[in-house]
Amino acid sequence: MGFVTPDYGTIFWMLIIFGIVLFILKKFAWAPILKALKDREQSISDALNSAEKARKDVAGLKAANDQIIAEARKEKDLILKEARDIKDKIVAEAKNQANAEAQKSIEFARQQIAAEKTAAINDIKKQVAELSVLIAEKVIKKELEKSKDQEVLVESLLKDLKLK
Amino acid sequence: MTRIIQSFLVILFAVLFCTGVSRANEADSTATEGGISKKFNAGKFVIEHVSDSYEWHIATFGETEISVPLPIILYSSTKRWNVFMSSQFHHGHETYNNFRIEAEGKNEGKIVELNDQGEVLSLPVDLSISKTVAGIFVSVIVLLFIFLSIAKSAKQRVNQAPSGMQNLFEPIILFVRDDVAKPAIGEKRYERFMPFLLTVFFFILINNLLGLIPVFPFGANVTGNIGVTMVLALFTFFVTTFNTNKHYWKEIYNPEVPWWLKYPIPLMPIVELTGVITKPFVLMVRLFANILAGHLIVTVFVSLIFIFAQIMGIEAGLGVSVISVAFSVFMLLLDVLVSFIQAYVFTLLSALYFGMASPEHH
Repeated sequence: MGFVTPDYGTIFWMLIIFGIVLFILKKFAWAPILKALKDREQSISDALNSAEKARKDVAGLKAANDQIIAEARKEKDLILKEARDIKDKIVAEAKNQANAEAQKSIEFARQQIAAEKTAAINDIKKQVAELSVLIAEKVIKKELEKSKDQEVLVESLLKDLKLK
Repeated sequence: MTRIIQSFLVILFAVLFCTGVSRANEADSTATEGGISKKFNAGKFVIEHVSDSYEWHIATFGETEISVPLPIILYSSTKRWNVFMSSQFHHGHETYNNFRIEAEGKNEGKIVELNDQGEVLSLPVDLSISKTVAGIFVSVIVLLFIFLSIAKSAKQRVNQAPSGMQNLFEPIILFVRDDVAKPAIGEKRYERFMPFLLTVFFFILINNLLGLIPVFPFGANVTGNIGVTMVLALFTFFVTTFNTNKHYWKEIYNPEVPWWLKYPIPLMPIVELTGVITKPFVLMVRLFANILAGHLIVTVFVSLIFIFAQIMGIEAGLGVSVISVAFSVFMLLLDVLVSFIQAYVFTLLSALYFGMASPEHH
């Protein structure tokens, strides 16, 4: 059999065998093998995608946590500031009240003093009037006795009165 | 230490070959005494090793040939179907049922039908299971065993890491898919061609590799047979032709070239049509020639030993055997490489033709 002349018997058998092998392998080997490869690739890529998604979720969660902490800190600062303000206000109010109270007491004392003074003056005036009356009485009596002495007396009495 | 082992092995080989040659010489002398001149014919030895035959020859010891008989299937107009084993021919020495293997002449190596007077009557239709066909059967059994078991484990181990044989072949399957089919055919259409490409790739690869194993059920020169490569190329041709689109035929019958290349003589269409035929033809010849050449060179190197032993004595054969064995081993290793390359090239070119058969519009 020559090399370069194809033998029809070989071609005949080869056509049949290769055709059958192609059919069998296509149906029972390549279909499941290629499907398994595709499925595995799909599952691997799915797993990678979900891992990536989980990583992103975690990153998002962390960012959210940071935000919550920052907000809480801000709120804390706010509360502290408010408390300080309130304290300052209370202290200031108390001081004012105390001042007002003191002022009132002083005012009251002053009024009391003024009243006492007026009363004392009035009392003195009354006594002077009574004394005057008394002196006048005595002068009148002395005049009756001696007019000159009377004058002297009145004089001295008045002098005394002025001194008082 | 390795040096010593190396030289020891070389000597061992040499001694083995020496005894082989001396035995051959003994057989030679006895044969000459018997009146039949039997000299070592290198050309015949080499050709017989790579050509097809009706029996699967294993070894020859002196006059006794050891071979596996293969079925002969003949159809002739006079005797209808004839099925018998090739051992009936007694290695081509005898006539059976008026059929004979011609030893010489224009029908050398073919089975002819004789009439009762012993004259050649006609050539019967010969559908024998020759050595090549038997080799195809062997490799197909190997092929089916490997891939059906892989398919089984692929079904059982869904979404799990591959194991065993699956692990060995999956990278090759992926290579054919991702580096051959996808770039050549395109993402959209490659899937329908995958079964064919994979079958062709592994059929060629396994036949190439089994052809290199020189032990009985293997070693048949399958992919180095032009009939086999012709059928493979024909499959590629028909798959290409049945998957064409309008664009493909327009490129052939009315390509976009200056008008004078098409009228009045349709130069370009002729060139393009020739290309359609040339493509599978080149596929056929490339695979056949590469594998055949590999087998030829290895057998030539081996026969060199016997040629030298015959011409210049056993010592020369002994000396040459060292070089010959070294070269044979080198060539066999090269052939392993060629086996992979040829399987890849055939598959890649088939895929490219499929891709060209229905180009995607840009």
